[in-house]
Amino acid sequence: MSTAVLGQDTRAVGRGRPGARWTLTGGSSLGLGVVLLWFSLLVLIPLAAIVATAGGEGWHGYVDTLTNPQSWAAIKLTVGQSLLVTGVNVVMGTLIAWVLVRDRFVGKRLLDLVIDIPFAMPTIVAGLVLLSLYGPRSPLGVNVSNTQSSVTLALAFVTLPFVVRTVQPVLAELDADVEEAAASLGASRTTTLRRVVLPAVIPAVAAGAALSFARAISEYGSLVLLSGSLPFRTEVVSVRVLSFIEGGDRTSAAALATIMLGVALAVILALDVLQRRVARRG
Amino acid sequence: MVELPRPASWTLRLVAAAYVFFLVGWPVIALAQRTFADGLAGIDAAMSDPDVTHALLVTAEISLWAVAINTVFGVGMALLLVRHEFPGRRLLSALVDLPMSVSPVVIGLALLLVYNGRTGWFGPTLESHGLVVIFNSPGMIMATCFVALPLVVREVVPVLEEIGDDQEQAARSLGASALQTLRRITLPAVKWAVVYGVVLSLARSLGEFGALKIVSGNLTGQTQTAPLVVEQKYTNFAQNEAYAVSFLLVLVSVLFILVVSLLRPKESTTS
Repeated sequence: MSTAVLGQDTRAVGRGRPGARWTLTGGSSLGLGVVLLWFSLLVLIPLAAIVATAGGEGWHGYVDTLTNPQSWAAIKLTVGQSLLVTGVNVVMGTLIAWVLVRDRFVGKRLLDLVIDIPFAMPTIVAGLVLLSLYGPRSPLGVNVSNTQSSVTLALAFVTLPFVVRTVQPVLAELDADVEEAAASLGASRTTTLRRVVLPAVIPAVAAGAALSFARAISEYGSLVLLSGSLPFRTEVVSVRVLSFIEGGDRTSAAALATIMLGVALAVILALDVLQRRVARRG
Repeated sequence: MVELPRPASWTLRLVAAAYVFFLVGWPVIALAQRTFADGLAGIDAAMSDPDVTHALLVTAEISLWAVAINTVFGVGMALLLVRHEFPGRRLLSALVDLPMSVSPVVIGLALLLVYNGRTGWFGPTLESHGLVVIFNSPGMIMATCFVALPLVVREVVPVLEEIGDDQEQAARSLGASALQTLRRITLPAVKWAVVYGVVLSLARSLGEFGALKIVSGNLTGQTQTAPLVVEQKYTNFAQNEAYAVSFLLVLVSVLFILVVSLLRPKESTTS
């Protein structure tokens, strides 16, 4: 279950593989060709089109986009809130993973199931779900709609599973012997946690944090109904890109999108390095 | 194993449960309460609205196409990445994950720039051959494929790595053709991984919003999907219908999670 959604070991293609690999034969060359053609038509060429469109105006296209006060406010809000939510996830996600692996109580399986709901739920529905508890007719009397807190709330909702699901399997596979050895050598509980458990889970926490940051900066659907997308206040980068598209200004949309793509690529690279480290420890 | 003292472990348990309850559990319950506030009136109103039923059908159709394409592509890609050596394999394996961290809005824009009928790179040529991609189902299927692309690959790759290729080599040495080996040995071994991948892709595909909003043109009664109809109904003050459709979508997504969690333990017995 734990790796159902975000198996952290699934990316470790470069890891040592059992069994020899075959070089390409006629049939598989054809397969590779078809797969690559589809991948190019679907992903690579369209993403290249964004970069090309943004580059059409040279550097000043980017500079204009970045210095536009409204876009800059959106970037600041998105990055700031994403960092905040990632911080929350690092703490809460690790804590939840710990509870799910090390604790036993009635309802643990339910808790484990609920963690996956944000991943499977349509994003627009996620916004509406949060609105029904934290919106204008809130049974709690808390109304966050159209405030910055609504952005925090929505991002925390959609990124909830990431750290939990990357830390959980690592914690589950942690060798009990090592902890017992530490304890038998006189280490206190805190020392064992700090010196044995923590170093083992840190790469997984970092990988989860990277995933949750990447998801948070690109979030759109859950914010539509919740945040009101007020310029300078609750407008995130994705909404800004969409309003450029709807306004017919594809160059500015592409420039802003290129910046987001760059961040996404950086996160992917960081993840790749982290996954290797996780794999080496495992 | 480190055993926390009782008060500490109780505190952690309580904090974890409370956080998840306030962030996910209670809001979902509140949505259900809101949906059934007037009994079944909301559901009835939604189900008798032709725009809503049409949107549900469009979503089902687009998702099934996208999942079918992604399943074939995903298994093929996983086989290539794990079983074959070719230049650029590592790069390809990193790029497959890219759609997970690209904003849906950026995905929509990317497809729009290449396939729109007036100024796109390929759009005008395709349209002169009668294939309209943008504001039409091919574009919507592509956008859905894009967002759900890594899900099948990510499920199948670790299983392929784990089982190794001993059985495949044995089959080959006994004279089985490549196709026979694939059909009789490899595919049965990765069956469950493919099933999870399909369920996850289906959940992701049904719920796609941002990319489809751009690529579909959001034409009511034509290219509007279920998530798009939720937004429209909510902002047009037909909130009971918006809640009803959302409730349906939540029900489906919870169902998917249950299916995955029930299927998952079988993996250890089959592989």
